[in-house]
Amino acid sequence: MDLTAVENTEETNVWGGGERPLKSSYGKLMMWFFIVSDALTFSGFLVSYGFSRFKNMDSWPIADEVFTHFPFLHGVDAPMYYVALMTFVLIFSSVTMVLAVDAGHHMQKAKVTFYMLLTIIGGAIFVGSQAWEWKNFIKGEYGALETKGGQILQFVDASTGKRIAIADFAVEVPTKRDIHQASNGIWYDAGSSLPSFSVEEVVKGFEANNNLVIKSEKIDATGHKVILSRDESLDQIDTAVAVVEGANLVHNEYGNRLFADFFFFITGFHGFHVLSGVIINIIIFFNVIVGTYERRGHYEMIEKVGLYWHFVDLVWVFVFTFFYLV
Amino acid sequence: MAHDAHNLAIFRGLLKFKSNQQKIWGVLIFLSIVTTVEVVLGIVKPAALMNSFLNMKILNWIFLILTIVKAYYIAWDFMHIRDEKGGLKGSIVLPLLILIPYLSFILLVEADYIFDVMFNGFMSWNF
Repeated sequence: MDLTAVENTEETNVWGGGERPLKSSYGKLMMWFFIVSDALTFSGFLVSYGFSRFKNMDSWPIADEVFTHFPFLHGVDAPMYYVALMTFVLIFSSVTMVLAVDAGHHMQKAKVTFYMLLTIIGGAIFVGSQAWEWKNFIKGEYGALETKGGQILQFVDASTGKRIAIADFAVEVPTKRDIHQASNGIWYDAGSSLPSFSVEEVVKGFEANNNLVIKSEKIDATGHKVILSRDESLDQIDTAVAVVEGANLVHNEYGNRLFADFFFFITGFHGFHVLSGVIINIIIFFNVIVGTYERRGHYEMIEKVGLYWHFVDLVWVFVFTFFYLV
Repeated sequence: MAHDAHNLAIFRGLLKFKSNQQKIWGVLIFLSIVTTVEVVLGIVKPAALMNSFLNMKILNWIFLILTIVKAYYIAWDFMHIRDEKGGLKGSIVLPLLILIPYLSFILLVEADYIFDVMFNGFMSWNF
């Protein structure tokens, strides 16, 4: 063809990627730009979490009491184990990613394909685990009362110190509730759903059961939540205004509502990164299969998505520490 | 691309690997050990480590340091920063190393101050 562009060799050397600044290609440098700025975004999130936590130092929820579930072990108190497992899954998928990058350097298409597949599976397991973690967090386990001041009152057995679910002691009080219907109000306005029990039912049940006491949000010098005496509990329960089951952005049965907000925002933002990482990995995986990089002559694209994938792992290391360990 | 220009020594040359793949597995084992130590400490919570040092529990200091150690090995070996030129290393790590501690410092000190104000100013935890 006559119309082929004439290649200016000198220009190619300087601007066409021939002479690379810092011996790193354009694509890799841009990925690093993105990673550094994203790292600062995550730091902003985590530091604001730290801010709220330091501000509420003596009443912050204790992670070991919040995340206690493990698949197939119902009713077993297993803090930490599940997130530890998730951490291992993510680190392992990071390793298969480096192995894919390494195989790419040696132009081994079959190996790159295999390791990319393992990486995608690892990422998918991680996102799934996070969804399960969210499900448990949102659903809640024991339920609690919320006071007018926004404090959470949880219930424990006075003799054993074990948490008691409100469903186990609440008594049924027959009440009449007018259901809000489209025919007698604003057509788009539906009545909000009620918690399983009313405050009155929980309070009645609490008063009838002498073995119950209230666990407050406050933390004592040894790092445990303060458990009130029976008399103090009877005083406090009158301040309750709402029944809270599970957690959302407004109410949180585990304690300070900011804890739930930051949990949703930070692990959600991270989970979104993992999800997009998995999608990008799948695209690259198919590119590898159809031989795009074989024709291009190098597998640098694997290296670039690899950088992103490791970054996601790196962020999880910090989220794990600040949400579950510290 | 410089294919075989990998720096194969970790722990300041204490441990040298024969190939890049071996190094990857070596780093994985190291990261797994560190994570296992963290999880065990988090479950056991040894009483000796619950004392406070510089306003934070010794256990939390250990977690923080181990996290930074893990982050270092993920960045240096998985993200190949070890193999990059000094200028690139610096321009990636220095902004983070300066800005993040700075941000944490001002916000956490401020939060601690707000905690003191609320702690001294309020008579009741529930009102």
